[in-house]
Amino acid sequence: MELVVSDLACARGGVPLLEGVNLRLGAGEALVVRGPNGCGKTTLLRTLAGLQPALEGHVSCPPETMAYAGHADGLKAVLSVAENLEFWAAIHGQGGVNDAMAAMNLTDLADRQAQNLSAGQKRRLGLARLMVTGRWVWVLDEPTVSLDVASVALFGEVVRAHLAGGGAALMATHIDLGLAEARVLELTPFRALPRAPDGFDEAFL
Amino acid sequence: MIALLARDLRLAIRAGGGFGLGLAFFLILAVLVPLGVGPEGQVLALIAPGILWVGALLACLLSLDRLFALDFEDGSLDLLATAPIPLEGVVAIKALAHWLTTGLPLVLAAPVLGVLLNLPGPAFGWLVLSLLLGTPALSVIGAFGAALTVGLKRGGLLMSLLVLPLYVPTLVFGAEAVSRGAQGLPAATPLLLLAGITAGSAALLPFAAAHALRINLR
Repeated sequence: MELVVSDLACARGGVPLLEGVNLRLGAGEALVVRGPNGCGKTTLLRTLAGLQPALEGHVSCPPETMAYAGHADGLKAVLSVAENLEFWAAIHGQGGVNDAMAAMNLTDLADRQAQNLSAGQKRRLGLARLMVTGRWVWVLDEPTVSLDVASVALFGEVVRAHLAGGGAALMATHIDLGLAEARVLELTPFRALPRAPDGFDEAFL
Repeated sequence: MIALLARDLRLAIRAGGGFGLGLAFFLILAVLVPLGVGPEGQVLALIAPGILWVGALLACLLSLDRLFALDFEDGSLDLLATAPIPLEGVVAIKALAHWLTTGLPLVLAAPVLGVLLNLPGPAFGWLVLSLLLGTPALSVIGAFGAALTVGLKRGGLLMSLLVLPLYVPTLVFGAEAVSRGAQGLPAATPLLLLAGITAGSAALLPFAAAHALRINLR
């Protein structure tokens, strides 16, 4: 399995942000996307995850092979930690809820409602969801926000285990996860030049 | 898909889910109308079918604006859009969950409220039948409206303006079936049209709603 992205261009709110993005990601590899605020990291990841269409270019893997984790964790406040995870596991037709909770140090919190968790605990639960998706590529947008040092290390271990199992990870992060093998992709050179509106409808968007 | 239905039902029943809100609204409306109109049985019997149907419609509308907005706010909608189940299925299941928690209780409570409004005896069966056939359409059309306005601040108000005109055919045929039943006239034609509206909207609108959601998620 290999993810190949060729000549990808993507836009946010009708404004092209990135163009000519090329990247390759094989099994067991991690790629960290870097760039200043507003350069299009989130837009790139959302485009790859299939949440918005690309302006041009080609992505070799369909969005069905990717598990996306964005800024929001997608937790239901009145469901417990275990119930939240069980729901996502059922949606993806997977098991392994207990393993995921153990890996992210959530076992003690299994019966607590998500609304009573701290920000860091919520984040850990949101990241534990990745493990019950059974997807090959993890697409992570700022996964370490509100995590403490120990939890960052814990999550680094989880990502490393995913890579060792033949998975891959594509992440936008400013914090070092302790993944020495991760390659870095700097997005600044791919900044898109302003384009003329290419259609009648586009002129009004 | 069953997991999604189970989750939505569970969320509706737990604290803050709004289960019973529509039912309470329906109840209050049916109690207030006789107080406002006066106790004359004949007048009440005349307007009862229309009042009950308008009440059911507004009660349905109450909980609709949260249908996708909650999932949008906490990020679940992004994750559901990237999940293995199709977004059309997500819309259909969420509309079904909305009907089970809002529409079905209304159907079951309507005969009791019919008594309060002095609904003529023969009309009770028609009332339950017409609500049973018509309220699913209210949930599906409402899901479409909710999908169009998801992500908008104060989208609930806009959704009501968009959805209420679309409810007109359902209301007309539903109330007509009940008032015909009350007068002892054959009511099969409006009921069949009502069933047709429900079947048509349940078949087509999930696709339109899923497309609207995809555009709103961009």
